[in-house]
Amino acid sequence: MNALFANIDWSDIGQAGLDTLLMLGGSLLFTLLLGLPLGVLLFLTSKRQLLAQPVVYGLLSFVVNILRSVPFVILLIVMIPFTVFIAGTSLGVAGAIPPLVVGATPFFARLVETALREVDRGIIEATQAMGATTTQIVLRALLPEALPGILAGGTVTAITLVSYAAMSGVIGGGGLGDLAIRFGYQRFQTDVMVVTVLLLLILVQILQTIGDKLVIHFSRR
Amino acid sequence: MIEFKQIHKSYRVAGHDVPALNGIDFQIGAGEIFGIIGHSGAGKSTLVRLINLLERPSAGQVIINGTDITALDAAGLRAQRQRIGMIFQHFNLLSSKTVAQNVAFPLALAGEHGKAQIKARVAALLARVGLTEHADKYPAQLSGGQKQRVGIARALATEPQILLCDEATSALDPQTTQAVLQLLADLNRELKLTIVLITHEMDVVRRIADRVAVLDAGQVAEIGPVAEVFLHPQHPTTRRFVLEAESVDEGEQVDDYAHVPGRIVRLTFTGDATYQPLLGAVARDAGVDFSILAGRIDRIKDTPYGQLTVAFTGGDVNAALQQLAARGLSIEEVRA
Ligand SMILES: Nc1ncnc2c1ncn2[C@@H]1O[C@H](COP(=O)(O)OP(=O)(O)OP(=O)(O)O)[C@@H](O)[C@H]1O
Ligand SMILES: [Mg+2]
Repeated sequence: MNALFANIDWSDIGQAGLDTLLMLGGSLLFTLLLGLPLGVLLFLTSKRQLLAQPVVYGLLSFVVNILRSVPFVILLIVMIPFTVFIAGTSLGVAGAIPPLVVGATPFFARLVETALREVDRGIIEATQAMGATTTQIVLRALLPEALPGILAGGTVTAITLVSYAAMSGVIGGGGLGDLAIRFGYQRFQTDVMVVTVLLLLILVQILQTIGDKLVIHFSRR
Repeated sequence: MIEFKQIHKSYRVAGHDVPALNGIDFQIGAGEIFGIIGHSGAGKSTLVRLINLLERPSAGQVIINGTDITALDAAGLRAQRQRIGMIFQHFNLLSSKTVAQNVAFPLALAGEHGKAQIKARVAALLARVGLTEHADKYPAQLSGGQKQRVGIARALATEPQILLCDEATSALDPQTTQAVLQLLADLNRELKLTIVLITHEMDVVRRIADRVAVLDAGQVAEIGPVAEVFLHPQHPTTRRFVLEAESVDEGEQVDDYAHVPGRIVRLTFTGDATYQPLLGAVARDAGVDFSILAGRIDRIKDTPYGQLTVAFTGGDVNAALQQLAARGLSIEEVRA
């Protein structure tokens, strides 16, 4: 056992694992908080929807597309000054969160928009016919009806964040990805690489399982 | 109570204005079951959706109880919509809410009722539509007929005076359709509810409507009491609906009579005359023979009617027809 994992410092791994969880938790929280309203806004301003605003939609959509087309590694580097401004540092867990949020929010917003589009138009119409305000339609009809789709989107986003968080190791983001790059890749410690990748795999499995369970729990179709 | 005034409506499609309604101008009375029938694309949905302004007219006014609803502000329109219930072909229930929550939804949106009050009202409505034991199920667990009952209960939650039905039975089988129509007719009587019902099925109109408007290419082709419109259709579209419902083809029918001797007429009896032995008596008096070529005895809502295609031979056919007319039958010449 010890011979097999000669280079492994389990307390380092533990710390890195914890950092990864913190990065994931922090960035997921902000991504959901920002992405959900952005997704709703994208949906509402799109063609033939309640607040159809072609110009606003075009603008939002353009920004989202730009952010989504920039490779995450590039985003990490480009954002360094902004990250320092917001988080006070570009290193460690705190430094990793802003780029993660900026990278994942547009992605999640699109998934929310798609989930809302899946809601039958008739539901909006029926709710409108009851005399609901637009806010009521969104909060009390659209979001509950789209919840399974939004949860599925949240799951995909969380898993994407795991791989983005690992990538942020490149610029000293800390966490398991950082460990894998510094020891596993740069110092050829294959055992470190294998263990970190395994741990990431387990994390992804857990996220997917939780996500699937939530989706099933809230699906009434 | 509902009044369409010079309504025009066109949709903008790919830069062009495509007319959907063209000069709609009629009234629907309070407490009436009013049918609107027309073929696909005739503009039925557009017309019914003007009543709660899900669709705005391009020109003209919609007046409900004296109020021009096209002139209401947003809050006024929402209040007006709470007084108009609507049910849909595909039910449009919220799949994330239980039956009881769906019925409570309009009340919760209105925000004028306490929890206990809502609970009592929902229980009463579910009992009325016969769904008490399904209160905690989700729509996906119900049959089509049950879903439409939930739709009806939901539409009635805010005690509206008007119920709009957009093809409300088109997704249901004949028995279920019958039951839902019966429920609507009962509610109309119990609550003095005005019901506006659109459909492409003549049978639906014939079973429960008091008056009907036949819509054709965005215009009212014919309007009047159901018996009058369907027993004596004037417009080709109406005639087609009547024939469709009787599953006969006009051309075929006339060909069939080619070798039938005598004078062929269509006799229409309504009300009490339907069940009286008029035809035999008159034929005896006038010394004519008759053979019945086609016919049906049925009801239009609560009015019995009979419509017979008869060939008269021998004797004084003119005298016989005069006598029949004198007894209140209506007579149309099919072949002299
Ligand atoms: N949102 C829309 N945009 C463009 N055209 C529309 C729209 N809604 C309806 N139309 C057009 O208006 C006309 C009338 O449509 P409407 O839905 O009122 O017909 P309908 O009588 O209800 O037909 P159906 O029996 O098929 O439901 C049709 O030609 C249709 O294509
Ligand atoms: Mg329609």
